[in-house]
Amino acid sequence: MSSDDSIAASRRGVLKCLAFGGAGTLFGLAGGVLAPLDLALAATKGRKSAPLDTPLFVQISDTHIGFNKEANPDVAGTLKQTIDLVNGMPVKPAFILHTGDITHLSKASEFDTAAQLLSELKVSELHTTPGEHDMADASASEYFNRYGKASANRGYYSFDTRGVHFVGLINVLNFKPNGLGALGSEQLEWLEADLKGRSASTPIVVFAHMPLWTIYEPWGWGTGDADQMTSYLRRFGSVTVLNGHIHQIVQKVEGNLTFHTARSTAFPQATAGNGPAPGPLKVPAEQLQKMLGLSSVTLKRHPSALALTDSTLA
Amino acid sequence: MSTVEPVGAAFEGARLPQPAARAVRHISQTSLPALAIMIVASLARAATPLPPAPSAAAAAQARSTQEPTISIHDFSFSPVSLTVAVGATVSWKNLDPEPHTVRSVDDQFRSGALDQNDSFSFKFVKPGTYRYVCSIHPQMVGTITVK
Repeated sequence: MSSDDSIAASRRGVLKCLAFGGAGTLFGLAGGVLAPLDLALAATKGRKSAPLDTPLFVQISDTHIGFNKEANPDVAGTLKQTIDLVNGMPVKPAFILHTGDITHLSKASEFDTAAQLLSELKVSELHTTPGEHDMADASASEYFNRYGKASANRGYYSFDTRGVHFVGLINVLNFKPNGLGALGSEQLEWLEADLKGRSASTPIVVFAHMPLWTIYEPWGWGTGDADQMTSYLRRFGSVTVLNGHIHQIVQKVEGNLTFHTARSTAFPQATAGNGPAPGPLKVPAEQLQKMLGLSSVTLKRHPSALALTDSTLA
Repeated sequence: MSTVEPVGAAFEGARLPQPAARAVRHISQTSLPALAIMIVASLARAATPLPPAPSAAAAAQARSTQEPTISIHDFSFSPVSLTVAVGATVSWKNLDPEPHTVRSVDDQFRSGALDQNDSFSFKFVKPGTYRYVCSIHPQMVGTITVK
């Protein structure tokens, strides 16, 4: 689909989205302009121009395996539903991206349960970055024992798929009192070198657990040294920054950079500052599935950019 | 276009558990270890010969080794600052339904994830000021001063 289609459809998309309570929103991204479309329309358009739009990957986040409190006593069940949603997609994505808080307490048994559930995905390639809940064991080793290989146990790494450059970052180590998440100078130096020499027309996807821009400082929803990161990214024509952590969708578009946080598959959280602390939000049972879900990203070749879709379990 | 999708806007009235309910739980939990210490102390006295009268210094030591406990509730450490004698063992107990950790800023001590009612203890053998955070919620900070 062209960017004109995206703009023309955006108004209808917003209206439809409101009517269905946020059951699914597609964001067409072209030239740094993000326009929401409704899923039904997107599917129609997609069939007409299928060769141009390639499903690239699906982002899941904050599965919190081990959580058992009233906000969702069955987080394994809602992860299974999410996996069914992915397995039911008409075209398989190239890989699954998990943006952290795989587990709730970093217990070995929780990681094992998560791995068993994720193995039900019909997509074999899985990329991860840890959340602070995955680094909560005293030695912070359970996560790295299982997922450390891709990054040589550093937590940050990059890879390329279908012409898109992916960068996984870690911002849940080295917390300072009252601080936000942190990348640290070593990781930032690595990032600068990793991006150096790449063509500005290469679509870039950066992912980390905590938001890579400040959403709400009193609750630590941000990364203190993320400005350094964005300074390395500004010259690229299409940059998508994906995070989890806050269990709700918040977006920002800044030039060619689109920042997006994903829903959790486990439980919703209060909106920024709404309540005493950023804890699990208990909602009526019939509302829960509308507040859980995943994001999927489609590669568009003309122009070369990425489109983001959010889907809920209900 | 709004930069914040209004998910959850309909649930703004939903509330986290009330602090009052947690305070009640806090009182009932902390009274148990105190009782246990008294029982252990009386048993020890019965089983061993009467010790010589303790000096003032030894009495102070005894007080400081009664495991002062810092409770974690409503996303904060209480008391937020604590002064203990060298050799004291400090315990932290999480009363929140959310997990927390206890991590020294200088990496002198670190707990695993403490789920509700889990505890962690550390013995302070060197004088100094020890700042710590919850690594899951680093807005939660505390200080132990060892003299």
